[in-house]
Amino acid sequence: MSARPRQRKPGLPRRLVHVVLILFALVFLLLFLVLPLATVFVEAFRQGVLPYLSAIREPEALAAIRLTLLVAVIAVPLNVVFGLAAAWAMTRFEFRGKALLGALIDLPFSVSPVISGLVYVLLFGAQGWFGPWLDAHGVKIIFAVPGLVLATVFITLPFVARELIPLMQAQGSEEEEAARVLGAGGWQMFFRVTLPNIRWALLYGVLLCNARAMGEFGAVSVVSGHIRGLTTTMPLEVEMRYNEYDYVGAFAVASLLALLALVTLGVKTLLEWRYRGELAAHAPGGH
Amino acid sequence: MRRRVLPGFGLSLGYALAYLGLIVLLPLAALAWKASGIGPHGLVRLLSAPRTLAALRLSIGGAVVAALFNVAIGLLVGWVLVRYRFPGRRLLDALVDLPFALPTAVAGIALSTLYSPNGWVGAFLEPFGIKVAYTRLGVFVAMVFVGFPFVVRTLQPVLASLEREVEEAAESLGARRWQTFFRVILPMLAPTLLTGFALAMARAVGEYGSVIFIAGNIPMHSEIAPLLIVQKLEEFDYAGAAALGAAMLLLSFVLLILVALLQRWSNRWAEVSQ
Repeated sequence: MSARPRQRKPGLPRRLVHVVLILFALVFLLLFLVLPLATVFVEAFRQGVLPYLSAIREPEALAAIRLTLLVAVIAVPLNVVFGLAAAWAMTRFEFRGKALLGALIDLPFSVSPVISGLVYVLLFGAQGWFGPWLDAHGVKIIFAVPGLVLATVFITLPFVARELIPLMQAQGSEEEEAARVLGAGGWQMFFRVTLPNIRWALLYGVLLCNARAMGEFGAVSVVSGHIRGLTTTMPLEVEMRYNEYDYVGAFAVASLLALLALVTLGVKTLLEWRYRGELAAHAPGGH
Repeated sequence: MRRRVLPGFGLSLGYALAYLGLIVLLPLAALAWKASGIGPHGLVRLLSAPRTLAALRLSIGGAVVAALFNVAIGLLVGWVLVRYRFPGRRLLDALVDLPFALPTAVAGIALSTLYSPNGWVGAFLEPFGIKVAYTRLGVFVAMVFVGFPFVVRTLQPVLASLEREVEEAAESLGARRWQTFFRVILPMLAPTLLTGFALAMARAVGEYGSVIFIAGNIPMHSEIAPLLIVQKLEEFDYAGAAALGAAMLLLSFVLLILVALLQRWSNRWAEVSQ
């Protein structure tokens, strides 16, 4: 080989390549993210503001909003308590089977939403394990509110724990040990040291957990039975109206859910920007 | 053994285990039990039924194709967001998580309207004879939508930590830009791209809400496997629904284990290359 320096052919100017790549990315994001989001609001207001307002003021819509809030108000705190307990056990103590426990916590993320609902039908439905017994005692779980709550709890179980575990692992237990040595009681230590240290991560987890709880469709659709005004959450109301060709009504309720998603994204971005150091380093969120 | 200074081991672990047992393990046990009730012959008959096969083929095949597409487009979007500075970059970055935050039913009706023959995009594609809504292409579009953030979010931290020196070295040795990309950057990103692929695919395989509105749900053609489970439930075929559910669950576990192995591999890769 000769030692002659290789001549570089002049390629496309670097700047042009950048602009072309950015444009490609923008077109994709426009087609797949911005336009669907815009569609929701345009369709909701297609016939003007008054039909929109009356669509979300109908009794079924109000019942769906109330039910969605009720399910979230039960499911989210349950998973917050679980997340705190699981994170405390997993990050402050050594025990056998820890990796298995971690995998179990993540499990609901890898289960199809339909299967998450199905398992509760198999457990509490008419032909399920406890179905006949529940029936004899007049307790309704499937096609009733308890089933909606259970399916939602299952789906959203990992969110808080997943947020807290990596952060508490990284923080270590020195401050808590110091509090104990200085004579703090268990709960005193928890409320004065642990909780303030993890507050932003906890809020972040609650935010994602809540968004999912209010927006879940597949799992609740299986256990709901679609009884209007009684067991239809907002996403189910959207589905029923859409299937009845009530597009303005469907998109009006959908616009409220889209608004929730936007607020969630906004607060999430704000938390990431303002408190990055007090949040866990992330793996991409689940289902 | 060191004396424990911190309290609450028994309480927290006991509570977490009891909760997981009740919410996750007990229901999954019911699934396994109901699924086994169908028997080996029933299982073979169920899984070899043409309608089941068609649904599984669409769910798995669609998820693979959508995940491949997401790897390509996710690499582009991740690259642009990490490497280039342009106005509106932060907004776009936040927007990437939209499919995580937007309820699937909302995404479903929005995509269905957008890509229907008189929707904004559908009307544009119609003259070219491309039909998206109520076809398999619609299933693909919905699967791309739900899987997209997984690839970008997996890729971003790795892209940000790539050593520029390696690229500069390649260029100073005379590599063209495309050579640097395909011979230097892409091999370094391979494990991450595979992880993103597996995550996006796992999500798309089980996806229900965003797909059923745009798919048209024609049996043997555009009917996905989760919908078939719902239909078996509506016909009170609990054993069939459970068996199909268990089969899909098994598939997700295989993907999950694959992701874990890939992540371990890419971590080791990172250690070796340092």
